[in-house]
Amino acid sequence: MAARLRWRKFVSNLMLTMTGVCAFVSVAVLFFILGYLLFNGGTSINWAFFTQLPKPVGEAGGGMANAIVGSAKLLLAASLFGVPIGFLGGVYLAEFSGSAVASVVRYAADLLNGVPSIVIGIFAYSLVVLPFKHFSTLAGAFALGLMMIPITLRSTEEFLNGVPRMLREGAMALGASKWQTIASVIVPAAYRGILTAILLALARVAGETAPLLFTAFGNRFWSQGWAQPTASLPVMIFTYAVSPYEDWHRQAWAAGLVLLGLILIINIVARTILSRGIAVPR
Amino acid sequence: MGAPSKPGLSVNIASTHGGGTRETAAALPMRMTISKVNFYYGSKQILFDINMGIADKKVTALIGPSGCGKSTLLRTFNRMHETVSTSRLEGEILLDQQNILSQDVTSLRRRVGMVFQRPNPFPKSIFDNVAYGPKINGMKGSTAETVEKSLRHAALWDEVKDHLHKSAYELSGGQQQRLCIARALAVEPEVLLLDEPCSALDPISTAKIEELLVELKNLTTIAIVTHNMQQAARVSDFTAFLLTGQLIEFRPTPQLFTTPADPRTEAYITGRFG
Repeated sequence: MAARLRWRKFVSNLMLTMTGVCAFVSVAVLFFILGYLLFNGGTSINWAFFTQLPKPVGEAGGGMANAIVGSAKLLLAASLFGVPIGFLGGVYLAEFSGSAVASVVRYAADLLNGVPSIVIGIFAYSLVVLPFKHFSTLAGAFALGLMMIPITLRSTEEFLNGVPRMLREGAMALGASKWQTIASVIVPAAYRGILTAILLALARVAGETAPLLFTAFGNRFWSQGWAQPTASLPVMIFTYAVSPYEDWHRQAWAAGLVLLGLILIINIVARTILSRGIAVPR
Repeated sequence: MGAPSKPGLSVNIASTHGGGTRETAAALPMRMTISKVNFYYGSKQILFDINMGIADKKVTALIGPSGCGKSTLLRTFNRMHETVSTSRLEGEILLDQQNILSQDVTSLRRRVGMVFQRPNPFPKSIFDNVAYGPKINGMKGSTAETVEKSLRHAALWDEVKDHLHKSAYELSGGQQQRLCIARALAVEPEVLLLDEPCSALDPISTAKIEELLVELKNLTTIAIVTHNMQQAARVSDFTAFLLTGQLIEFRPTPQLFTTPADPRTEAYITGRFG
């Protein structure tokens, strides 16, 4: 009996230790990456990085101003394309569709979410780049926007479904039509969650490299317009990191730090929005 | 209001109980008439052959133990039951002699307002909560006036007049429920349905709302579901007692509580079950 008890205590302690170590490792990985990036990026970053164009090969210094602006343009256009479709689709799913249709759409959205980003890139390439015979900012934004659709759609649906039934009934009992109820009560009650989800979707695609490689392509100068190729931070990191030049490696680290900082800021803003203001009682 | 002699507008209050011949056959103008209503959720029948009336400018209470179908019955009066897709209603419900089942549901609900068990203000300011109904219904006139008038009717104006633009969630539960009453009154409903409006409130808030209901009789017709018999006795003019989906007795409140005609009513109001 005593031996059995000792064994059970031993197993219990062993499992406690193992789970604890794994939890610690997962956190440690994040902090290791952060620290490494801060160290390498922090020593390479300077004011010129934000204001200057890349210097020709062999010449030291320069910056990635064009990539920062390029990424911003890509994200803006991607949001303009992906967010309305995802949002309205989510509204349909939560409010109008029957359960059979909803489960099909939901499943399809989950599949789309799981499609490797490089495949999304090929798709955008053959749909936008080939017909226009041109790499372009819009093609890159199209690829990123496609990736935002399922995330926006699913989280819109989730947050709308989370709005308590009694709010719906309150509006309907006042003679509100279904669309009035949705537009004036349900969506406002859920908008914080939806906005947060959109920002997280944005943060997610901000770091995507693969879909941009053969859509937005890259550019060592300022992009001449929406129909022209543009530089972007993730692609710049990729190009610079695999180059043989020491100076370019430093710039890649700096770009990594900037990108991470950007994503971190989006995340913090998203969480602040979610935690502030009126909480709807459940 | 409507003359008692109008055909079809009157329901014999005592008629629902066969043995009730000793009652005066009081004929009052009816705002709503419910006849032969059977109600189902899927294949399960919830209400059985309900016949009753909602008298104009009076308070009608629906009482009965949990699960007797009183809330379900109330929700058919503005067709809120239709939010459950498996529900099915047979029979006829008249509002001013018009069958509500064949009307446009949004305009019906404008005429028959509802206040729910738990206060459900919208995540908006106090002002916007009350202004919501007039706004979506495109009602004419000054919104600010309508809001003030409705809040006064709901006996909430003095407590909130200085912070109309604060969130409705900053109010106490009792204030929120009176806000919901004001919100319902703002569209000037002909009938106001209240589904256990005090079940989530403390005694003081409950007393305020009961006082309010008696006042509101002058303004509108009221139907209230309550699980609290004393409340029904205090506020209502007519009481309907339901049991397992059947209307057992429907009479003027004082008579129902002092001389119940049916032994089941007597058993319930004396607290032998429920």
